[in-house]
Amino acid sequence: MSNPIVDARAIHKHFGPLHVLKGVDLEVVERELVFVIGPSGSGKSTLLRCLNRLEEPSSGSVVVDGIDMLDPRTDINHARQRIGMVFQSFNLYPHMTALGNVTLALRKVAGKSRAEADALGLAALQRVGLADRAGHTPGQLSGGQQQRVAIARAIALEPRVMLFDEPTSALDPELVGSVLEVMRDLRQSGMTMIVVSHEMGFARNAADRVVFMDDGLIVEQGPPAAIFESPAQERTRAFIGQIQRH
Amino acid sequence: MTTWDRFVETFFNAKVMLKYLPDILSGMVVTIELAVLIVLSGLLAGLVLALLRALAIRPLNWLIIFVVDLFRSLPPLVIIVLIYFGLPAAGVSPSGFVSTWLSLAFVLMAFSEEIFWAGITSIPKGQWEASRSTGLSFGQTLINVVLPQALRLTIPPLTNRTIAITKGTALGTVVAVTEILGQASSAVSNSYNPSPLMMGAAAYLVLFLPVVVASRWIETKFAWKR
Ligand SMILES: Nc1ncnc2c1ncn2[C@@H]1O[C@H](COP(=O)(O)OP(=O)(O)OP(=O)(O)O)[C@@H](O)[C@H]1O
Ligand SMILES: [Mg+2]
Repeated sequence: MSNPIVDARAIHKHFGPLHVLKGVDLEVVERELVFVIGPSGSGKSTLLRCLNRLEEPSSGSVVVDGIDMLDPRTDINHARQRIGMVFQSFNLYPHMTALGNVTLALRKVAGKSRAEADALGLAALQRVGLADRAGHTPGQLSGGQQQRVAIARAIALEPRVMLFDEPTSALDPELVGSVLEVMRDLRQSGMTMIVVSHEMGFARNAADRVVFMDDGLIVEQGPPAAIFESPAQERTRAFIGQIQRH
Repeated sequence: MTTWDRFVETFFNAKVMLKYLPDILSGMVVTIELAVLIVLSGLLAGLVLALLRALAIRPLNWLIIFVVDLFRSLPPLVIIVLIYFGLPAAGVSPSGFVSTWLSLAFVLMAFSEEIFWAGITSIPKGQWEASRSTGLSFGQTLINVVLPQALRLTIPPLTNRTIAITKGTALGTVVAVTEILGQASSAVSNSYNPSPLMMGAAAYLVLFLPVVVASRWIETKFAWKR
């Protein structure tokens, strides 16, 4: 296969006495969509956040697109442009328009002029189907639209990998589809993606690999069919059984 | 002479009022100068302290909190007196005007720092994370993402506090500042008539009532719309 975009090794994370990640290895190659599942508190969000160093791993190594994320000499703000992140709660800036949200980092970090940033920002909003909402503030948008703006904000920087932390969990069921559709488009365009989510249907038909985490460790991973139909580990089987009953 | 006439003659004596009108007006100018200086320097210093506090440098934050709590505890009049009568012992002799300005500016700095800080900390962590995840630095995030939202939240409490402290300019009388109250009370003692005090009260109303009314409007206008 092609070269890894994300290469995380032996990640440990402690929060005080709490040992949250207990030696996680995760390698993600170009164009791959890796789906991460696991019970609440198993460390999924913490793992994602260690990849862009929103959380400082206690030990281990994280290399993204050839950049050693944990090297103190690494310009972390520059490196983070290559890693898009989408949050459960959208986290749009409420005092800015949709376009303002998307162009802030283009102007402040990527160093684009306002005109360049606006053009790129509009193109990103176009990709998520919201070019006509460029002038709206987050408060004037539905949850699904807000999350799509958040995706546009991330992809406008042309990241090498996108991290999604439960992107549809805060949405009303009827709005989930529009966000998943955008994610499917992204995948088709060849974006490398790591997705933490409970949308098993999406996992089945879009994921290349499903990773099951429990208690700070990757218990089992493999193609969606294998993980969902014939998991090897008892813990995986129990978890899959549990979510499928819902 | 009826009781009413005597009342008017005493408190709204036209001759006395006319005579001392220029003094009251010049007092208004001094009050306005003081107020503007206090508001500008006090709010600016408060904002700078809150921004410094956001840097989360432990010893610096202890110092900031100590200074802020100090100026929030001392009565403004005590600070004025300390500066005016105390500093000369240290070789600097600030005028009454400067003493009043500095004192009230320190008090406003202290209270506004707390208000700015409360605003900054009330911005959800997710705002920081979203911004940092796109590569903005700590400072860029503070300036572009957090502060604009925080300021909006702080405007109503800040307006109230600013008005309350600015009215303290009347304390300047104690250290011979010729602001409204100072002019009015010396006019009272020169004319043996309390009418100038009525003018002084009117002068305060003319200055502060519009500000108070405007603050009501600001409060509704800046109520947070999500
Ligand atoms: N900043 C923090 N300080 C202390 N403990 C934390 C912190 N962040 C996470 N934890 C703890 O780490 C553990 C793993 O949290 P994490 O958010 O990574 O789990 P998760 O798998 O994403 O769960 P969920 O499905 O509920 O989102 C939890 O026990 C959580 O309470
Ligand atoms: Mg989580």
